[in-house]
Amino acid sequence: MFQSGVFEKNRYIMKSKLGKFITNLGIDVRLLGMIGALIALWVMFDFLTGGRFLTPRNLFNLSVQTASVAVMATGMVFVIVTRHIDLSVGSLLGFVGMVMGTLQLHYLPSLVGPGHWSIWIITVMAGISIGAMVGAFQGWIIGYLTVPAFIVTLGGLLVWRGAAWWVTTGQTVSPLDATFNLLGGGSAGTLGATLSWALGLAATLAAVAIMLASRAKKIKHGFDVKPKWAEFTMGGIVVALILGFVYLMNSYPLPRRAAERYAQANGLEIPPDGLFISHGIAIPVVILLVVAVLMSIIANRTRFGRYIFATGGNPDAADLSGINTRMLTVKVFALMGALTAIAAVIASARLQSVGNDLGTIDELRVIAAAVIGGTALSGGFGTIQGAVLGAVIMQSLQSGMAMVGVDAPLQSIVVGTVLILAVWIDIIYRKRAGV
Amino acid sequence: MNKQTPLVELKDIHISFGGIKAVDHVSVELYPGEVAGLLGHNGAGKSTLIKVLSGAYKADGGEIFINGEKATINNPRDARAYNIETIYQTLALADNLDAASNLFLGREIMTPFGMVDDDAMEAETRKIMQRLNPNFTAFSAPVSSLSGGQRQSVAIARAVYFNARILIMDEPTAALGPQETQMVAELINQLKSEGIGIFLISHDIHDVMELCDRVSVMKNGKLVGTQKVADVTDDEILAMIILGKNPKKKAPA
Ligand SMILES: Nc1ncnc2c1ncn2[C@@H]1O[C@H](COP(=O)(O)OP(=O)(O)O)[C@@H](O)[C@H]1O
Ligand SMILES: [Mg+2]
Repeated sequence: MFQSGVFEKNRYIMKSKLGKFITNLGIDVRLLGMIGALIALWVMFDFLTGGRFLTPRNLFNLSVQTASVAVMATGMVFVIVTRHIDLSVGSLLGFVGMVMGTLQLHYLPSLVGPGHWSIWIITVMAGISIGAMVGAFQGWIIGYLTVPAFIVTLGGLLVWRGAAWWVTTGQTVSPLDATFNLLGGGSAGTLGATLSWALGLAATLAAVAIMLASRAKKIKHGFDVKPKWAEFTMGGIVVALILGFVYLMNSYPLPRRAAERYAQANGLEIPPDGLFISHGIAIPVVILLVVAVLMSIIANRTRFGRYIFATGGNPDAADLSGINTRMLTVKVFALMGALTAIAAVIASARLQSVGNDLGTIDELRVIAAAVIGGTALSGGFGTIQGAVLGAVIMQSLQSGMAMVGVDAPLQSIVVGTVLILAVWIDIIYRKRAGV
Repeated sequence: MNKQTPLVELKDIHISFGGIKAVDHVSVELYPGEVAGLLGHNGAGKSTLIKVLSGAYKADGGEIFINGEKATINNPRDARAYNIETIYQTLALADNLDAASNLFLGREIMTPFGMVDDDAMEAETRKIMQRLNPNFTAFSAPVSSLSGGQRQSVAIARAVYFNARILIMDEPTAALGPQETQMVAELINQLKSEGIGIFLISHDIHDVMELCDRVSVMKNGKLVGTQKVADVTDDEILAMIILGKNPKKKAPA
């Protein structure tokens, strides 16, 4: 009795101390939980695969595989926060991919010349415009004609998949433009060691500068600030994560033949024990990071973002505050469409071809990523970093199971179950936290 | 006093939903520094009438004059442009956002770089709360976690901060305890002395008799009558509300 009493007391103190520690650091508990779940997942798969999971090579592949869904998941956060849903993103990805493929293979070469440097730029611009227009159109039907998003985008799921087929009457488009293919992150589609370090350093400086500026501003207004040690700890963690990621990506060398090609192209000697040339950060991952940073800024620092969350929290209050919630719906879906086009660039460039099934059931993976990442389907709550993390968790689960040799049907069962579990845990968390 | 131009004149306003005549050809006026009460049973059409003024609803017919000039109010933004601020019965707060975000919703303070300036908005919110409700300290919590009184003070702060000239309060004390009700009463008297015109909607006759200068009674969408509070007794007002009959067919104001 006595012992268990002491134990209880200790645990209580631990808990409150830990709680205080976390509060001091200013970390979102939900995010912490997700990071914990991800680490647990990784360690488990690493154990089950005999150490093949947590290797630079596998984590590099994981980062590339996550990019397309994660880019869309950031947009899905806004859609779900405003109490809507977008079931059409997978099909729209296929349609935009098909249009971009046809454009760069069949139209642009005769217009600007075969292999011209501008082909990939025109293709990407056209794709993003089409994606945004399709999204805006769907958003207009939802916002102004007040047809529920579920129906409009369910229709869109069928319409755009069908439209994708019509573009080429079902034929696969290949090969794609060589420069365009780099956006998918093949062995040439990476930053390489030097640029990766440069990016990491720039990100580090930016992160530290933002933290300092924010602290200075809070002090200026006379608000409470985090204790110095907490600020240092958080800064340290962020810097370590950024630089650790760069180091990891640089630890994955190009395969022998790609390295030899690289050496030849750059006039390097090949030493007898082989050449170590780093992949560095993959270009699709750079795209994802840029998208995630921009979307976070939109969410937290712009009027548009503020209105998205206000509308999700209470649409009537938003209306009465003079927010044009219909136009907001159009903009949110247009943004979702544009991000879907960016995802289409990544997905098609990675495969270096566009087939009829590109993006099939991506809508479910994207929604699952956003929801696992803590976006509430009832609206009003969700974060960009959560959605990206959700996408990483989903992809880790799938890649890990594939590596372990779990059959495809069982994989579906596990992913589906995890989705439901994650939302259930989230509901419990919300009740406890009283939000 | 009687020759003064009304701050607000709602003339012959009518609006129906489906078959229901929610507001049936009602005219009321509001003068600067005056508190005009609007009384009536639930469903009498009080909220609907003032929502026409605040831009939440568009009237099927009738005219609005502000300072004697015809005004066009199609949406809440138009109303704000006339310095009309409204505290809605339902409070109209975004529960997931904090006090500052709600106070400035639709009128955010921006940094020179075009970003919302949360710190500046919080600082302003702290200042006005110091004045309105010094007990308020939950500045970073979503308003869903606040008490009824605290939520009410956020809604009131929003109206006061932006220098309303015309203030609409729809049942501002319905969800409040006695102390908080007293706070709202004091605030109304203070704003009135600053020359603001206030429409006060209530179904508590005592509130109205204590705070208002004139009172209009509505029943089934129709205006029963308008009386100076000094000229009528509680019982006479009660009769207007219940029976829908105006005891003194005297022209108001
Ligand atoms: N948006 C609406 N749609 C349909 N009916 C409404 C709407 N708003 C108000 N009404 C109806 O109009 C009448 C007056 O309501 P309201 O103005 O809220 O009354 P009060 O504020 O005096 O209690 C009621 O019958 C109510 O049901
Ligand atoms: Mg009402």
